Amino acid sequence: MRTETRSEQFQSSSLIGGLLRKLHVDIPLFIGLVLVCAISFLILYSAGGQDSGILIRQATRIGVAFVLMIALAHVNPNQFHRHSAMLYVLGVLLLIAVLVVGQIGKGAQRWLDLGFMRFQPSEMIKITTPMMIAWFLSGYALPPKAKQLFIAAILIVIPTVLIAKQPDLGTSLLVASSGAAVLFFAGLSWRFMIATTVVLASLTPVLWHFMRDYQRGRVLTFLDPEADPMGKGYHIIQSKIAIGSGGVHGKGWLGSTQSELDFLPESSTDFIFAVFAEEFGLSGCLGLLALYLLIICRCLYIAVQAQDSYSRLLAGSLTFTFFVYLFVNIGMVIGVLPVVGVPLPLVSYGGTSMVTLLASFGILMSIHTHRKFLPT
Amino acid sequence: MLRHNSMRNPLAENRMFLSRVVAVFIFMVLLLLGLITRLVYLQVVGHEHYATMAKSNRIKVIPLPPTRGIIYDRQGKILAENIPSYSLELIPEQIKDLDGTLLRLQQLLTIPDEKIAQFLKQKKRSKRFASIPLLLRLSDEEVAKFAVVRPYFPGVDVHARLLRHYPYGLLTSHVVGYVGRINEKELKTLPVSEYRGTHHVGKIGIEKTYESYLHGKTGLSEIETNAQGRAVKKVASDNPEPGANLYLTLDIELQKTAYEALEGFNGALVAIEVKTGDVLAFVSRPGFDPNPFVYGISSKAYKALQQSEDRPMFNRALRGQYPPGSTVKPFFGLAGLEYNVVDFHQKLYCPGYYQLPNVKHKYRDWKKWGHGMVDLNDAITQSCDVYFYDLARTLGIDRMHEFMQKFGFGEKTGIDLVGEKAGLMPSRVWKKKARRQPWYPGETLIAGIGQGFMQVTPVQLARATATLANRGKVVLPHVVGRIINSNFTTVESEHKVETINLKSENIDDVVSAMTNVIHGARGTARRLKKGVNYQIAGKTGTAQVFTVKQEETYNEDEIDIKLRDHALFMTFAPANNPQIAVAVIVENGGHGGSVAAPMAGKIMKQFLMPENNVTTEELTVAN
Repeated sequence: MRTETRSEQFQSSSLIGGLLRKLHVDIPLFIGLVLVCAISFLILYSAGGQDSGILIRQATRIGVAFVLMIALAHVNPNQFHRHSAMLYVLGVLLLIAVLVVGQIGKGAQRWLDLGFMRFQPSEMIKITTPMMIAWFLSGYALPPKAKQLFIAAILIVIPTVLIAKQPDLGTSLLVASSGAAVLFFAGLSWRFMIATTVVLASLTPVLWHFMRDYQRGRVLTFLDPEADPMGKGYHIIQSKIAIGSGGVHGKGWLGSTQSELDFLPESSTDFIFAVFAEEFGLSGCLGLLALYLLIICRCLYIAVQAQDSYSRLLAGSLTFTFFVYLFVNIGMVIGVLPVVGVPLPLVSYGGTSMVTLLASFGILMSIHTHRKFLPT
Repeated sequence: MLRHNSMRNPLAENRMFLSRVVAVFIFMVLLLLGLITRLVYLQVVGHEHYATMAKSNRIKVIPLPPTRGIIYDRQGKILAENIPSYSLELIPEQIKDLDGTLLRLQQLLTIPDEKIAQFLKQKKRSKRFASIPLLLRLSDEEVAKFAVVRPYFPGVDVHARLLRHYPYGLLTSHVVGYVGRINEKELKTLPVSEYRGTHHVGKIGIEKTYESYLHGKTGLSEIETNAQGRAVKKVASDNPEPGANLYLTLDIELQKTAYEALEGFNGALVAIEVKTGDVLAFVSRPGFDPNPFVYGISSKAYKALQQSEDRPMFNRALRGQYPPGSTVKPFFGLAGLEYNVVDFHQKLYCPGYYQLPNVKHKYRDWKKWGHGMVDLNDAITQSCDVYFYDLARTLGIDRMHEFMQKFGFGEKTGIDLVGEKAGLMPSRVWKKKARRQPWYPGETLIAGIGQGFMQVTPVQLARATATLANRGKVVLPHVVGRIINSNFTTVESEHKVETINLKSENIDDVVSAMTNVIHGARGTARRLKKGVNYQIAGKTGTAQVFTVKQEETYNEDEIDIKLRDHALFMTFAPANNPQIAVAVIVENGGHGGSVAAPMAGKIMKQFLMPENNVTTEELTVAN
C-alpha cells in the first residue's frame, strides 16, 4: 500500500497525471480502461468487416461514456449516498413505465423513447439497485439482521422481476447478482448462503415454468448444442470452431476466417470474444483476461480503501457486477454457460452497456478520489 | 449517515469486509481458471480438430429456402405460382480476377452493362462468400452455352431457382401484389435466421400482408465442402416447410370483367359479397405487370411506370380518396329517418337552388330549373340536391358525422391489404384540429351532397353499401378466404361483427328509393334494368373535381378531361335479398348513371346470372 501511495505521488508530479488527479480520475484504473477500449477497436475493425464507420460510431459512444465517467467521478460519494433511495424509486417507476408502454407496443420493450434519445431504465437500475441496498444496509450495524435481509431481498426482487418480464433474462440476472453481491459484502452468513442456494436449486423447475419459449430453448441448446446444429446450436458450434481453430498463437489480426466468412453470427456484439480468440489465440486470451483481472484488482483495492460502509459495499458490488459481465459473456461464447444476451464488457459493439459500465467506474473513481486521509 | 452508531463496531466490520473481498477475489480467480481450462481445451487439445473444421474440410450450413405458398382465387385458379428458372450466380470470394471473369461472361452471354452494374452494387452489400446472381431467367440456350465452358469459370455456376410468377399480370397487381428482392431496410426487420437463403419478400398486396404465412420455414443442410467450396457430401439435413397456400375470396373471372369494364378510364371497382364480406373483385385501373418486379425491373421501365400520368402503381381502390358525391344520399336519407328529422313522404319544394337565411350565396342543384315538389323517394331517385341541403341543415354536421362513422366512413375498413387510406368524414373536432378553423354552416350543406371535405376510398364505399344491404350488420371486407398450411390444416380467421341499430321500415324505405334509381321511371340509372331477372338498388354520384363559379355553368365538352367530374355508382342486388354490393369510381368519367353504373351492372349480372357467362377458358376451347 505504501508503494502505491508513492507511485501516485510520482504520477501527480507529471503534467497529465496532475490534470487527471484534479479531474478526480484514478490513474491506474483509467489506464486499464483505455487499454481495453483500444483492444475493442482492434477487434471491432476486424469483426465488423474492416469498416471504419463502425469504429467511428463506437468511438463516439466511448467518448460520451468517458465524459459521463469523469463527471460522475467528480461527484462526492455523499451525494450518491443521499440520493440512493430516490434514484432507486425513479428507476423502478421507469421500469414499470416501460412495461406499460411495452404492452401498447408489441414484443420485448426495453427502452423509453424520450424523443431525443432512447433510454433503457434497466441499464440505470443496474447501478441504482446496489446503491439502494448499500444505502439501506449501511444504515445498520453489519452483518445485517434477518429483518434487514428480508427487506433487502425484496428490494432486489422488485427490479429483477420487472426486467425479467420485459423479457430480458441477461439484465435481470445482472441486477440480481449486483444486489446479492452487496449482501455478501455486508457479511451475509455462509450458512444462510448455502441454505439459499439449496432452496433456489429446488425452485429451478418453477423458474422453468415461467420462462419464455426462447429462453427455454437457449437453456436446452446450452445443455446439448449438437442436438440442433443448424438452428439454435449454430451460434455455439461456430463460436467453438472459431476459438479452437485459433490455437495457441492465433491466426493474427484480421486473420479470422470464421467471422469473415459469416459462419459466426453476432461477431461484433455478443460473440466478439470468439473473434478475439481466433485471431490472438490462447496467448492473447490469457493477456486479455489478465488485463481484466488487473482492473478488477484495482477496483477491489478501491473498495478496501473506502472509508465508510456505503462506499465499500457499493464499490464491492460494482466490481463484482463487472466480473459477472466478463464471466457470463466468455462462458457463453466458449460454451460453458447458456446464451444470454450479455456483452463482453467494454469490447462488444454497442452503446448502452458501455455507458453503464463506465458510469460505475466513475462512481468507483469518485469513491477513491474523495477519501479523506484520516489518521488511523 | 449512520443511524445506529452506538451498536457498531467499525474495526470488526472492516475486518469482515476485508475477508469478504479476499473470498470474492479467490472465487473470481477460480472461475477465471475454469474459463482458462476450457480455453486450453478448445485451443490446445481441440485445436487440430477445430482447425480442420474451420479450414480444409469445412462444414457449411446451407439454408434450404422454403417454397412460397401458392395463391388461388375462389374457384381454385392460380393467381401466384412458383416457376423454375435458371440463374447465373457468382461467388466473388472464389474468383481471382473478377473484372476479367465478368468481361468474358459478358462476351459469352451478351449481358447488358446495366446488369453488371446491378451485380457490382449488390456485391458491395453482400459478404464475400455469398452467391450473387448476375443473370436471372436464363434461356435453355444460355444454360447450354455456359455449361460447356463452366470448368474455366471457377466460382461461377448456374442455379435452378423458383421464381414467383403472376399469370394474370396486371389484372391482379393491386390485390395480390408482388414479391421483390429483399432490400436493406427489410433486411433489418426480417428474422435473419428464417430468411437465410430467401431472396424475395412480399412488397405489397396479399404477398405482403400474408408474408408470414406464405414464406414457410427455412430448412438447413449441413454440407461438407472441399477447398474450392464445392459440395462433397451432405452430412445432415432438415427439410424446409413450404409456405401456406392462400385461397382468396376473389373471383378472377369477375375481376377480369371488372377490369375490362373500366377500359378507357382510370378508376376502381370493388365488389363485396354482402353476407360474408368476401371481396369478389378488387380492381384499380390501370394495373401494371408485377412480373418484372420479381426478377428485377429495369430502372427505365420503373421510371416509366412512376412517371406515367395514369399512375398505374397507385392503388386507387385502396388508397384513392374521392369526394363521394351523391352516393352518400341514401345514407343521409336514412340518417334523416333514423333521427326523425324527416318523414319519408314529407315534401319539399326544389326551385333549383338553396339559400341559408340571410346569406346571399346560392347552393345550386344540378338541375338548373329544379325538381319541383320532392319527397325523400324522389330526392334519391332523381338525386335532388336541394332536398339534401335542407336535410343536412336540419341534421347538422355532428349527427351526420356520428351516423356516417357507423358505416365506416372516415375509417379504414381493415381489409387485409397494406397501405389502406382512411378517407375523411369531416366533423367540428376534425376541422378545429386539422385546419384550426371553426365549422361553417355552408360546409354542412355541401357535405350533405358528398362534396366539400368528405372523401371516401372505393373499398370504403363498397363496404358501406354492403353494410346497408346487410340491413346494418357491419361487413368486414377481406380478400383471403382460407389459409391452408403445409400440413393441410386450415387457418380460420374470425371476424367480430357488429350491427348498427336501425329501424327496419326506414331501411325498407331507403332501399325502395334506391331501387327506383334503377327501376323507376325517372331514375338516374334506368338503363341498368335491361335484361336482368332481379331488382337492383343503387345510387349514382357525380363528384366535382373543380368548383364552378357562381355565375358560370359547367359544360362537359368544353373543359379539360382531367377536370371533368368523377363518375360514381354504389349498388347492391337483388334488392330484396342482397347478395353482392359494388362500388365504382371512374376518374373524370362524367356521369355516374351513364358511365359508372353499367360497369357495376356487368359484374352483378355475371355474379347473379352465371348461366349466361362464357368463361375465358371456354372461349379458348371453342376457338
